[in-house]
Amino acid sequence: MKIQKFWMEERNKKVSPPVAMMNFVLVCLGIIFVFWLSLKRIHTTFDFSFLGEFQIRIRDGFIMTVGLSLASLVLSLLIGIASAAGQNSRFLPVRYLCYIYVKFIRGTPLIMQIYLFFYIVGTAWGIENRFLAGVIILSVFEGAYIAEIIRGSLLSISDSQMEAARAVGFTGKQTVRYVILPQLVARTLPALTGQFASIIKDSSLLSMIAVIELTQTMREISATNFKLFECYLFLGGLYLCLTLPLSFISERLERRFDYEN
Amino acid sequence: MKIEFHGLTKHFEEGRRVLQSIDFADDVHSLAIIGPSGGGKSTLLRILGGLLIPSEGEVIVNGKTLPKEDGELQKYRKEIGFVFQQGGLFRHMNALDNITVPLVKVHGYSREQAEDRAMELLNRFGLKEDIYKKPAALSGGQQQRVSIARAIAANPKLLLLDEPTSALDPEYTTEVLDIVNELGKEGIDIVIVTHEMGFARHACEKVAFLCEGKLMEYGLSEKLFAHPETKQLKNFLGKLLEWEV
Repeated sequence: MKIQKFWMEERNKKVSPPVAMMNFVLVCLGIIFVFWLSLKRIHTTFDFSFLGEFQIRIRDGFIMTVGLSLASLVLSLLIGIASAAGQNSRFLPVRYLCYIYVKFIRGTPLIMQIYLFFYIVGTAWGIENRFLAGVIILSVFEGAYIAEIIRGSLLSISDSQMEAARAVGFTGKQTVRYVILPQLVARTLPALTGQFASIIKDSSLLSMIAVIELTQTMREISATNFKLFECYLFLGGLYLCLTLPLSFISERLERRFDYEN
Repeated sequence: MKIEFHGLTKHFEEGRRVLQSIDFADDVHSLAIIGPSGGGKSTLLRILGGLLIPSEGEVIVNGKTLPKEDGELQKYRKEIGFVFQQGGLFRHMNALDNITVPLVKVHGYSREQAEDRAMELLNRFGLKEDIYKKPAALSGGQQQRVSIARAIAANPKLLLLDEPTSALDPEYTTEVLDIVNELGKEGIDIVIVTHEMGFARHACEKVAFLCEGKLMEYGLSEKLFAHPETKQLKNFLGKLLEWEV
């Protein structure tokens, strides 16, 4: 086997499919081997036969995770757009509120926020529905990241585009509609798709307040049958089923909207 | 077109005075604004184009005083064509849309009318093959030709160009200047900020020399280039000629 098969001729040049496939499979085999070796050393074998017995609970947990994530996606988008706009506001209290919100949320761990919101704010204001509480907490958390994605994209729209919009005679509204929004969507959509994958993963932490989503379901199952490895391996696989397609979509969108190259 | 400036002054927030009390009144058909960098040329052109509001003084175009409020200025801007040095095309739109969208949304053309008009101009400027390309896929010269097509599509009463060839390779400069020259001959009134002295001298009827925010000299281009009066203009032209072939 020639050594060239492992190297790209140039960094940006396409690799031929057979060579790509061979390298890809080799890497996968390597990972599987290390994993298998680790299992061997701790004398573990797998038994996934219990899964059939719990399929209804697993399905419900899966649906719950998807539902939580979708609801949080919508709400966090609204929060993100509002706080990105708020950070640009000329009304100072709104400006500072959005600034503090983004800095606080991005600077603290989600698990701390979950406890804080659920047990203090949630109890004080009577939000007892765990699904609702979960959606609100997750949306508040992800909203801060989305705000930064949107703010960064807004900043990257150059002044010359705004000036050109004024020069052709667009009104303020038309500038937003025909210049800012299309460029903003093109720049944010790939990142937002990636953020949706983060929402799905982060929703697993809501198991801490006993929202019966996928992770919590698997925790409960593993607590009864002690099949810890099997449960978590399967759990990882289910999350990948959700996040991998999103990651591919994000990559495609990035190429589709790349009008600068 | 009759253009008047009365006591026109512009200073930016940092307190830098870019234009100092410019007074000017003349009938302009083709005017080149020349001068050293930082002399206020682009600022003056932007004020004339309704993109900047002067700090003091006023601008009168064909007897009408320009408003000092942005909303009012927007109506005025519709009647002006503006070509920027670079980056003036909408990056996310192809060449055709760059021209048709403003025609439809700002000037009330139907989609069909707008496309006919855009195609007519793109054909004329040799861009038939490139109508569906986005700016990043066009050369600098092609981008500027699309910019000019967009600027004149709605038949503006005045075409303003801010150093349209400064960012171009020399071989593209001529193709852009030829178009500007042609448009001038067809009767569009033009004001151009330029470093192309040959163009200013031979293609423009009049020249204004702006230096340190002041209008130092103004007159017929042939006369101004042949007999510069101020020390600054002599200096400026002398420097430009230093490396001439």
